[in-house]
Amino acid sequence: MNAATITDRHPGDVLLRRERFPHIWCPGCGLGNALRCYVEAMKVSDTPLDKHVVVSGIGCSGRVAGYVNIDSYHTTHGRPIPFATGLKLMKPELEVTVFSGDGDLITIGGNHFIHTARRNLDLNILFVNNFNYGMTGGQFGATTPYAARTTTTPYGNFEQAFNMPLLAAACGAPFVARWTTLHVRQLKEAIQRAFEVEGFAFVEIISPCPIGFGRKNRFADAMDEMTHFREGAVVDHDADLREVGITMRRGDPIVVGNFVDVERPSYDVGKRKLLQKVREGLP
Amino acid sequence: MLDSRPVLTGEHFVKGDVAVMEGAIAAGCRFYAGYPITPSSEIAERASQRLPLVGGEYIQMEDEIGSLAAVIGASCGGAKAMTATSGPGLSLMMEHIGLASMLETPCVIVDVQRGGPSTGLPTLTSQGDMMQARWGSHGDYEIVAYAPSTVQEMFDFAIKAFNAAETYRIPVLVMADQIIAQMTTKLVIPPEEEIETVYRPIPDVPAEEYLPFDSSYLVPPMALAGTGYRLHMTGLTHSDAGYPETNVPGQEALVPRLVRKIRENEEKIVEVEERLVDDAEVGLVIYGSTAGPGWEAVQAARKEGIKAGMLRLVTPWPFPRTPVRRLSEQVDAILVAEVNMGQMVHPVTEQAECPVHHLGLPGGRIFHPNEILRGLRKVVT
Repeated sequence: MNAATITDRHPGDVLLRRERFPHIWCPGCGLGNALRCYVEAMKVSDTPLDKHVVVSGIGCSGRVAGYVNIDSYHTTHGRPIPFATGLKLMKPELEVTVFSGDGDLITIGGNHFIHTARRNLDLNILFVNNFNYGMTGGQFGATTPYAARTTTTPYGNFEQAFNMPLLAAACGAPFVARWTTLHVRQLKEAIQRAFEVEGFAFVEIISPCPIGFGRKNRFADAMDEMTHFREGAVVDHDADLREVGITMRRGDPIVVGNFVDVERPSYDVGKRKLLQKVREGLP
Repeated sequence: MLDSRPVLTGEHFVKGDVAVMEGAIAAGCRFYAGYPITPSSEIAERASQRLPLVGGEYIQMEDEIGSLAAVIGASCGGAKAMTATSGPGLSLMMEHIGLASMLETPCVIVDVQRGGPSTGLPTLTSQGDMMQARWGSHGDYEIVAYAPSTVQEMFDFAIKAFNAAETYRIPVLVMADQIIAQMTTKLVIPPEEEIETVYRPIPDVPAEEYLPFDSSYLVPPMALAGTGYRLHMTGLTHSDAGYPETNVPGQEALVPRLVRKIRENEEKIVEVEERLVDDAEVGLVIYGSTAGPGWEAVQAARKEGIKAGMLRLVTPWPFPRTPVRRLSEQVDAILVAEVNMGQMVHPVTEQAECPVHHLGLPGGRIFHPNEILRGLRKVVT
C-alpha cells in the first residue's frame, strides 16, 4: 500500500480554475456536487479536455462556466442552448455541454429547449433544478411546485410546474435522466452516458437551494433538503414519466433514474443523409 | 443551378436579398442562423441553398433571439457568421448585439427595413431602424453600419461588413430596406482574387500567456473554441483574463476600450459619397434607397439654378462627423431626406454649422424626386 502524500493541489484541480475560488454559491448549495460530477465525468471521457466546451446562461448555475478549466462561455439569460447550437454546428468535433438552471433553461429559455430537443442536436444538457430563481433572491419559476412559497409567491405558487423528464422525452430527447446531488456516482455515470449519446442528452440534477427555496418551504437547512432527497428518492429507470412530477412535499417521492436511452438520428446524421446526394451531384 | 463555387464571378440579374448573401459568401461567411421575416426571407432562402454547397451551415432557429445567439456561438468556433432580419426581428436581436459587443465576437446582421412600429408594414419600405441599429441594446458600445443604395452595393457592402466585423471584433449591420432588398437589377461579381477579405486576429502566444481580453491591444486576438486556450468569456464585465470583474475598476478598464476601438478608427471606417458638393450652396444628406430619388432631385435642382450637392452616408455609423461638418461650413443649409419621422437628422444637426431641415416619410414608400426637389427649393428661399 502506498504511503499517504501531502500535496498542495487537489487531484480535481486540473479541471478547475482554482484561482477563481472561493466560489459565489451559498453554503449548502448543490451546484458544487453537480460541478464535481461534471468534472469527474470529463476526466474519464474519451474526448480530450481541450475539446470539451461548456456553455452557460445566467443565474447561479451560469457561474459554473467560470470555474471549469476548459473553453467556457457564459452567455445571456436563457440562451446558452442557441449559442451552443451555433458552436456545435461549426465545430462538430467539440463535446459541447450546456450547464444551466431552471430559470435559465426552461423558464426564459423554454422555447430554445423544446426546439433543440426536437432537432436532436448533439448537445449535453446538464439542468440543475432547485425550484426557484436563486441569484435574484428566490422567486418562483417554471419548476416551482404548486403551492410552494417563494419571494413572489407569498400565498403559495398558483402555477403548476413542468415535469422536465416528461417534457424532454416528449420533445424527442434520446437520453433523459434525473438524479439528485446526493446521487453523485449515478449522476457522474449519467453525464458520461450523455457525452456518448449522439443527440440531445438531458440530465436533470435535483439540487438543494437552502437559502432561496428550502427555508421558505419547511426545509430548515441544507441537510433537511438532502434528507428529503435521501428519504424520497425512488430509483425507477422504467418509471411512467407522466408520474414523475416533483412536489417537494415531505413524504412524496422523487423518482430518479436513467429514464430514456434510445437511438434516434441526430440532426447531424439526418442532415448528412439528405446532403450526401446533393453533393454527389455537384459538378 | 447548383453551384459549389463560393464566388460566382460574372454578371447576374438578381434581387438585393440574393446579392447580399452572395457578397457574404464571397467574404467567407460559412454560417447563417435566422428566422424568416418579410422582406428579408429571400436572404435565408439563398443561404439555405448555397451554404451547404460551399461547406457552410444553415440553420433556421426558433426565433431571432436564438438566431443571433447561434451566430455568436458559431463565430466563437471560428466561423464568419451572419443573420438577416427586419425590424421586428431586429428588436429581438438587441440582447445579442450587446453580447457580441461584450464578447467581441465578429458577426454581421443584415436588417431589411420595413415600416414600423410593431408589425407595421411587412411588405413596404422604411428607414426607421437607423437609431435602433446604433443605440438599441443597453449600455455603451459602438457598432458599424453600412447603408447600401443599390443591388450591387448589397453585394459590395456585405464584404465590407464582414471585413469591419472581423477587423474590430464587433457586430456590424447592413442597413438595407425593402426597396433595395427586393429590387432586381444587374449584379457584377468580380473574380475571387480581386475580393479582399479579412479574418480576425488570433493569438500566437502559448495558452499560459494568453489573455482573451488583453487591454494592451485595442482589438485583442481572439482564441477559437477547441484550440487549446481554455478561455473563458462572459457577458459580465470582465478582466483581461476574461473573468467577471463586476466593479467600478473593471467597468472603467473594459467599456472605454470597447468604445475606443471604433472611435479611434473612425476616420478609417467612415465612408461617404459626395456628388456636386464642390460649389454647392445647399446640401442634401441622404442614404440607402432614398439616394436614387435624391440624386435625381439634385440634378433637377441644378437645372433650375439651385446649386445643390449630395452627401450620401455610406456608413451611417460611425456617423461621418467630419464630412458632414465640412459640408455644413460650406453650404447655407442642409436638407436631410429619409423614410422616417426624423432619425439621422439628429446627428447631422449635432455636427452642422448651418441650419438643418428635415424631409421625412413615415414609411411605405420612398420619395418622388419632385418631393425632394420641392424640399430643396424651400430650403434655399
